[in-house]
Amino acid sequence: MDFLISFVLALVALLIVLQLTVILLWVERKGSALIQDRVGANRANIFGGLLPFNLGIVNTLMADPLKLFHKEDVIPKDADKFLHWLAPFIAVLPLFVTFAVVPFGDVLVIGERVINLQAVNLDVGLLFVLGMVSLGVYGVVIGGWASNSRYAFLGGVRGSAQMVSYEIGLGLALVAVVLTYGTLDLQEIARAQGQLMWGVIPAWGVFYQPLALVLFMIAGIAESKRPPFDLPEAESELVAGFYTEYSGSKQSMFMMSDFIEVAIVAALVTTLFFGGWQVPYLYRDGFHLPGGFFLAVPSLVVTILQVVAFLLKLFIFCWLQILVRWTYPRMRYDQLMNLGWKRLLPIGLANVVVTAVLVLALEGFTVP
Amino acid sequence: MIAFFFIAILMIASALTVVLHRNPIYSALALVNTLFLVAVVFVMLDAELIAMLQVIVYAGAIVILFLFVIMLLNVDTEVRSARLSKFGTLGLALALLLALELGVVAVVYAPDQIAEAPAGFGSTEAVAEHLFTTNMLAFELTSLLLLVAVVGAVVMARRKVES
Repeated sequence: MDFLISFVLALVALLIVLQLTVILLWVERKGSALIQDRVGANRANIFGGLLPFNLGIVNTLMADPLKLFHKEDVIPKDADKFLHWLAPFIAVLPLFVTFAVVPFGDVLVIGERVINLQAVNLDVGLLFVLGMVSLGVYGVVIGGWASNSRYAFLGGVRGSAQMVSYEIGLGLALVAVVLTYGTLDLQEIARAQGQLMWGVIPAWGVFYQPLALVLFMIAGIAESKRPPFDLPEAESELVAGFYTEYSGSKQSMFMMSDFIEVAIVAALVTTLFFGGWQVPYLYRDGFHLPGGFFLAVPSLVVTILQVVAFLLKLFIFCWLQILVRWTYPRMRYDQLMNLGWKRLLPIGLANVVVTAVLVLALEGFTVP
Repeated sequence: MIAFFFIAILMIASALTVVLHRNPIYSALALVNTLFLVAVVFVMLDAELIAMLQVIVYAGAIVILFLFVIMLLNVDTEVRSARLSKFGTLGLALALLLALELGVVAVVYAPDQIAEAPAGFGSTEAVAEHLFTTNMLAFELTSLLLLVAVVGAVVMARRKVES
């Protein structure tokens, strides 16, 4: 029975990632069209008559993946065949498992059984996410090298330098958060954000660590190689960067890793800074509004509301990243390095020092 | 136990690939694989924190820099040379000696039974407590050493710009 529960939880975590990547593909198509005042994907409008206007949903949800998986898989003549084959798997596999430690709800109570809504409860969950994301870099580097093409090679070299640089800013932003909550367990961090500040404001991380949120968002977008930090791909300079020589399903795996990274950044922002699955004023027995008002809610409904809240927040931060992508132009390489090493690093260090001093000075600062 | 031997054989195989493969890119990737498997062994020993740090620091950051340098220098596949193969024989002899030594130690000092890890072993708190109480001096000295390395790297990089 325990095994079955673990299996279902792991499946749910995996399905959240897989579904989100497909939906994000559509949101990016239609969202970019919305931002640029275009119509966007509107071919293959099967079942479209059921909707009031043409959303092109069938196109991106079904026709696009089918098309990609049926395309010829071209391997360049002088490429390193084995590594060329291996790179997309290395890019995507470590990212798949990261969602295992992200809590998508508090607990589900069925009779006597209390199920923690998280695929794996790791004591070092946050470090696990960081470790797996840092392993994803190899896909970019190997893909760029094995293609034996100048564009791909430049993309791979840029990717390795960029991602190693921004991992430091990412890590420093997270150190301040960990100091605030005193744990690396993501479920514990989400639970700690259930309290209220002065009885009114939810004790979410964004109120404790606003600077860390900004640093984390910037470093996170840079880490997922999306515009304005898409130098490893840079369509206008390097064709498609590290995956220039990939086609069909392997290219779609690289695209998928891109969207999974968006989802991971959104999930971490949600969990660390916006209460994870917390709904303000909602506790296990119901709503406790400030002013003594109380509304009882059944336990199962509470759990469902929390999961919905998590998915909603997750989606909002995915959309925010897509907005950023279609708003800012690409940075120059020296600007990228300056931002990472001369801005994010010192600000992050200062944030860690100030947080540490505050945590020591005000004993009550740490959320118990 | 079976899992350990499976991991150990894979680890030795990929460590040998690091040394023996003629293409430096493959050697670096085999090194990543070895370091990752070391992290797996740490997980099996209940040391989750050390395992994650192993993945982040060694597999995730250091070897990426190795790869970066190898790719920038455009090192080609190494050619067999007579001078190096002399060192090869010496290295093989030393490796066998080390293996023999480790084997003797393992047989002589093998415990009769493996003790269960105490509760909380390998957790972040336990490691942090050791690091900041009993091993404080070593920790501070290490950080000083790393600081010297960072300052040294910056000084050398600046000198190049001026000239």
